Amino acid sequence: MIMLEKRPQPSRGWTFATPVVAVVLTMFFGGLLFAALGQDPLVTIRTIFLDPLFSEFAWFYRPQLLIKGAPLVLIAIGLSFGFRAGIWNIGAEGQYIVGAICGAAVGLAFYPMESFIIFPLMVIAGASGGLLWAMIPGLLRVRFGTNEILVSLMLVYVAEQLLASMALGALRNPDGMGFPGSRNLSQYESAANLEIIAGSGMHWGVLTAFLAVIVAYVALSRHIFGFNVRLSGQSPRAARFAGVNPGLLVLICMAISGALAGLAGLFEVAGPAGQISIDFNVGYGFTAIIVAFLGRLHPVGILLAGGLMALTYIGGEIAQSNLGLPIAAIQILQGMLLFFLLAVDVLTNYRITWARKIA
Amino acid sequence: MDLSSINPVLLLASLMVAATPILLAAIGELVVERAGVLNLGVEGMMITGAVCGFVVAVATTSPWLGFLGAAIGGALLSLIFGFLTQFLLSNQVATGLALTLFGLGLSALMGQGYIGIKAPEFPDWYIPLLGDIPVIGPVIFQHDPMVYVGLAIVGGVWAFLKYSRAGLILRAVGENHEAAHALGYHVVRVRMLAIMFGGACAGLGGAYLSLVRVPQWTEGMTAGAGWIALAIVVFASWRPGRLLLGAYLFGGVTVLQLNLQAAGAAIGVEYLSMAPYLATIAVLVIMRAGRAPGSLGQSFHASR
Amino acid sequence: MTEPLLRLSGLTKAYPGVVANKDVSFNIERGEVHALLGENGAGKSTLVKTIYGLVKPDSGTMTLEGQPFQPPEPRAARAAGVAMVFQHFSLFDAMNVAENIALGMENPPPQAEIAAKVRTVSDQYGLPLDPDRIVGELSAGERQRVEIIRCLLQDPKLLIMDEPTSVLTPQEVDILFETLRQLSAEGTAILYISHKLEEIRALCDNATVLRLGEVVGECDPRQTSARDMAELMVGTVLHVPEKADKPAGETVLALNGLSAKAPHRFGTPLRDITLEVRKGEVLGIGGVAGNGQDELVAALSGEMRTGKTMISYKGDAIGHLPPNARRKMGLLAAPEERMGHAAAPDMSLTENAILTAMTREKLTTKGFLHWGKARTFAEGVIAAFDVRTPGPQNAARSLSGGNLQKFVIGREIMQAPEVLVVNQPTWGVDASAAAAIRQALLDLAAKGAAVIVISQDLDELMEISDRFAALNEGRLSNPRPAKGLTVEEIGLMLGGAHDMEVAHVDA
Repeated sequence: MIMLEKRPQPSRGWTFATPVVAVVLTMFFGGLLFAALGQDPLVTIRTIFLDPLFSEFAWFYRPQLLIKGAPLVLIAIGLSFGFRAGIWNIGAEGQYIVGAICGAAVGLAFYPMESFIIFPLMVIAGASGGLLWAMIPGLLRVRFGTNEILVSLMLVYVAEQLLASMALGALRNPDGMGFPGSRNLSQYESAANLEIIAGSGMHWGVLTAFLAVIVAYVALSRHIFGFNVRLSGQSPRAARFAGVNPGLLVLICMAISGALAGLAGLFEVAGPAGQISIDFNVGYGFTAIIVAFLGRLHPVGILLAGGLMALTYIGGEIAQSNLGLPIAAIQILQGMLLFFLLAVDVLTNYRITWARKIA
Repeated sequence: MDLSSINPVLLLASLMVAATPILLAAIGELVVERAGVLNLGVEGMMITGAVCGFVVAVATTSPWLGFLGAAIGGALLSLIFGFLTQFLLSNQVATGLALTLFGLGLSALMGQGYIGIKAPEFPDWYIPLLGDIPVIGPVIFQHDPMVYVGLAIVGGVWAFLKYSRAGLILRAVGENHEAAHALGYHVVRVRMLAIMFGGACAGLGGAYLSLVRVPQWTEGMTAGAGWIALAIVVFASWRPGRLLLGAYLFGGVTVLQLNLQAAGAAIGVEYLSMAPYLATIAVLVIMRAGRAPGSLGQSFHASR
Repeated sequence: MTEPLLRLSGLTKAYPGVVANKDVSFNIERGEVHALLGENGAGKSTLVKTIYGLVKPDSGTMTLEGQPFQPPEPRAARAAGVAMVFQHFSLFDAMNVAENIALGMENPPPQAEIAAKVRTVSDQYGLPLDPDRIVGELSAGERQRVEIIRCLLQDPKLLIMDEPTSVLTPQEVDILFETLRQLSAEGTAILYISHKLEEIRALCDNATVLRLGEVVGECDPRQTSARDMAELMVGTVLHVPEKADKPAGETVLALNGLSAKAPHRFGTPLRDITLEVRKGEVLGIGGVAGNGQDELVAALSGEMRTGKTMISYKGDAIGHLPPNARRKMGLLAAPEERMGHAAAPDMSLTENAILTAMTREKLTTKGFLHWGKARTFAEGVIAAFDVRTPGPQNAARSLSGGNLQKFVIGREIMQAPEVLVVNQPTWGVDASAAAAIRQALLDLAAKGAAVIVISQDLDELMEISDRFAALNEGRLSNPRPAKGLTVEEIGLMLGGAHDMEVAHVDA
C-alpha cells in the first residue's frame, strides 16, 4: 500500500525538481491529448515548445517571447507576495484592465500634444488605476472581513463591462467612423510604449518586469517585509506574535499586485495592443496565477515560468495556424501544467513509502 | 424608459428560472464546504457541465439525458480536484483555481462543433390546479422540471444535514477532521463523496444555462455564475434555507437588470450588466457571514 | 486464574527512525484501574491507539476475554467494548452535546432518546451535563464529561483515559475519581494514562511503566513511593531546580485594572487584573486552561492592545504599544503553543530567531536582515540551551517538542529580558528538558529579571515561584507568597468554594 509520510522539513531537491517534473508530465499527457485530437504528438510538442525558439522564423518569434512574457511576469511577481502571505487576489485581470483604461485615458486626454512628460504620467495613472481597483477587495477584507477571492473576482466582470463601455463610449476614437475602440496609442509618439532597442521586443514593460524580479528577489530574501510576508502565510499567529499588523499587510500586498497588474495593462495598451478595445484583455491576469505557482512564488522561478508560458502562447498560435490545433487545447495544456505541479508538489513535503500490510 | 413594459408577474416568474443555475451549483458547494473542503473550481465544473449537457442532449435529443451527462461530467471533473486535494494534499485554493482554468479550456475544446446549434426543446410543466391560481400559478407552478428538481435537491440537502446519520458524520468531518478521524470516520472518503456531489450539482447548474436558460452553447457562457454561487454559500452561512433566499435575491437582480435593459433605461447597458456582480459584492459586505465549518480549506493527513 | 480482560503480548510498532513500542506485554483485569505511566514520547499514546484500533502493530497480539483482538478501526474496538477518552478531546465545537455523543456511538438512537439517556447517566455518575448545549461553550471539565458519558452510554468493558486530569480543577479531579471508582466497582476496567505520580497513587490498583517504548517495570502504586516510580519512568535521578533566597527588588511591571474583551467567540475576557511584579522574583500564575491565560499573555506581549494605562512598565504606560516596541524596552513573552504561535513550524531556526529577536539583537538595518548575525544568535541559543538539532538551518517542525520548547524559551532568555512572561513552559516536555527550562527561568530571575510563569502544573509553580496567584474566569486572585501555601488555600484561590482534597500535590 502506498503511504505518505511527512518529511521533517521540506525537501530542497524536490522544491527545484517539481516544476521540471510537472513540465515533463504535461508534455507527455499533452502529447496524448494532441494525439486524441488527431495530431502527431511529437510534431505538435515540437511546434509549441521548440519552434518559437529554434525554427527558421525564430527571429520573428523571439521578440514575441518578451512581449508576451513581460505582462505575465509583472503580474505574477505582484501576485506572489499576496499568495505567500495567504492573501488571494485572483482578480488581477480586472486590475490589468483598469490600469490600461486609466493609463490610456491620461494619454488620450493630451492628444495630440507632444511632450516627454505624457508617457510617465500614463505610467503613474496605470499603476494607480490597478492599485485602486485592488484596494476595493483589500479594504473590504480589512474593514468587513469580506472574502477577497470572491470580491476581486467579481470585479473582473465589472472591469470587463467598464472596458466595453469605454471602448464604445468615453474613449472611442472620434475619427474612427463609429467603430468601437480608442485611438491607437502606439501611433501617438508621446504616449507610445516604444521598443527600447528596435526589433528586439524589449519595450518599457519588459524592462519593468525585469526590475520587478530583482526588487522582489531582494525584498523576499533580504528584507524584513519579505520575511513578514512569508511568516504571515505560514503561521498567521506567529506573525502577529512577531509584531506584524495583518490588516496592513493585506493592504500592502493587494497594493503591490494591483499596481503591477495595472502597469502591465498600461504597457500593453500603449504598446503591443495599441488601443482600448472590447477584447483588449486576453487572460494574462489568470495565466499569471499559473505562472506564479509554476515559479514556486519565487522571483527567479516566476521569470522562467513566465518565459515558458509565453512560449506556449506563441507556440500555440503557430500550432493553430500551421497544424489547425484549436487554441482551447493550449488553455487545457496550461491548466494541466498547474495540475501536475500541484500533484507532484506533494513530494516536497511528503515522502512516499510502500508500507506492507500486516497479516 | 418605459417601466410599464415590465410585467411584475413575468418578472417574478423569470426570477425563479434565473436563480436555478446558481442555486444548483451553490447547494452542491454548500455540501462540499460543510464537509470541510473549499472547492473554488465551481465555475470550471459548471461550464464543463454546460458543454457536456449540451453535447449529450443534442446527440440523444433528450434534455433529461443531457442533464444526466452534465452531472456525470461535473462529477468526473471534480474527481481531479478530489484526488489532488485529498490524496496528494495540494492547496485547495490553488487547485480550485486550476480546475476553473482547466474547465474553461476543456469546455471550449469539447464545444467546438456545437456553436450556433439549438438545444432540444425542454417544455415547461403546467401543473394543473396549482398552475391555475392567479399570479401565484404563473410565478411558481409553470416552470420547466429542473426548477423543481433544484428545489427538491435543496430540500433534500437540508433534511440530510439536519436529520440523517450520514449528514451528522459529514458535518463532523467538516467541523473537526482530526476528531472525526479519531472516532474512526473516514475523512477522505466522506470528502470525496461530497466533492463528487458538488461536481454533479455544478454540472446540472451549467447544463441549465446551456439547455434551458440560453439555450445554446457559447464559450465562457457561465460568465462568473460559479463564483457567484460560491459567494452565495458564504452569504447563506452554510445553511440551505438561506441559500434559497440568496439565490432568489440574486435571480431578482439579474432579471430586473435585464428588464431594465429591455425597457431602455437611461443607464448604459454595460453598467446594468455590472449589477449582479456589484450586488454580490454588496451582499458579501453587508451580510456578516456565520461561523464557517471548523476544518474548511485545511488538508487532512492522518499522522501517527 | 481466569483469563484477564485484555492481554497484550509482544506488541511492537516502529515508525521510521523511532521504535514507538517494543515488545510490550501486560494484562488488564476486569474492574481494575490500571495505570500506564511514562514520560512524553515513551510510547503510551501509540500503545493505546493500538488497543483502540487507530494504529496497527507491526507484530504482537492482543486478546480480549480470551478471544483474539485486533480491531482494524475504532468502530470495531468500540463494538468489542473498548472506549476511549482522548487527551485532546475528540469533540465538535459547533455541535451540541447530544450530537457529539451520537457521533461516538454505533447505531445511536434518535436525538431525543440520547438526550434522555445523557440525563440519566449524568445523574447516576454525578456528572451534570445539559444535552442541548453547544460544546464550544463548555468548560474543559464539562467537555471531558461529554467524552466520558459518550463512552459510558456504550457500557464499555474497558475505558481508556489519556491524561484526563491535565485540564481539570482539583474539585473536578475529585469528581472524576469518584466516577472512575464507581465504574471500577461495577466491573469496568480502566486503563489510566498519566505522568502525574500522586494521582496514580491515589487511584490505581496496578501500574505499568514505559520508557522509550519498552516496559521497564510493573508495580503496585499504593505500595510504591512516587520517587521510586519517577526513577523507573525517567531512568535517572532527577535534578531538582535550585532556588536562591533573596529579597525582591523594585516594581518593574504593573497591571492597573487590566480588562479586555474576549478576542474570539470561545475566548475569555480579562476582568480588572491588578498586579505588581518586582525585579528578581518569579511570579507563578495557576489556573485551569481557558480561564484567560492566553489572553493575559497576549495582552502582555502586545498581540492584544489594551487601554494605554492598564499596563505600565517602569512607570511608562505601554498598554497601547505593539510587540516590538515592548521587546525593545525589555518585556518579552513566550506563548503556550510552540508550533504556529511561538515558532513558525516550516521556517528554519535562524528565521525563528529573527521572529522575536529582530529588535533587541539588532538583526536588521533599515529593514534589511543580517542573516549571518541571525544565524550566530540562533547557534548561540542552540548551544546554551542544549537544543538537539543538526543546526540552525533546520525547520522548527523537525525538532521534538522538548527541544523546540528549549529553543523558544532560550531565544527569549538570551535576549536578556527585564521581564519575561512564559505560558506553560514545560507542557508536553520530557522531564529532563523540563528541569532544564525551570532552572533557566530561576537563573534569569537570580540575575535580576522579573519572571511571570503561567502554568496549569501546580507542582511546577510551587517549585519555582516566589509568589503565587490564580486566574479564574479572567480574574486574578491576590498574589501570596508561595512558601507555606497549603493545598486547601491553593484550591480556594483557584476558585473553589467548598472543601476538597487535591490528589496530585504532595502534602
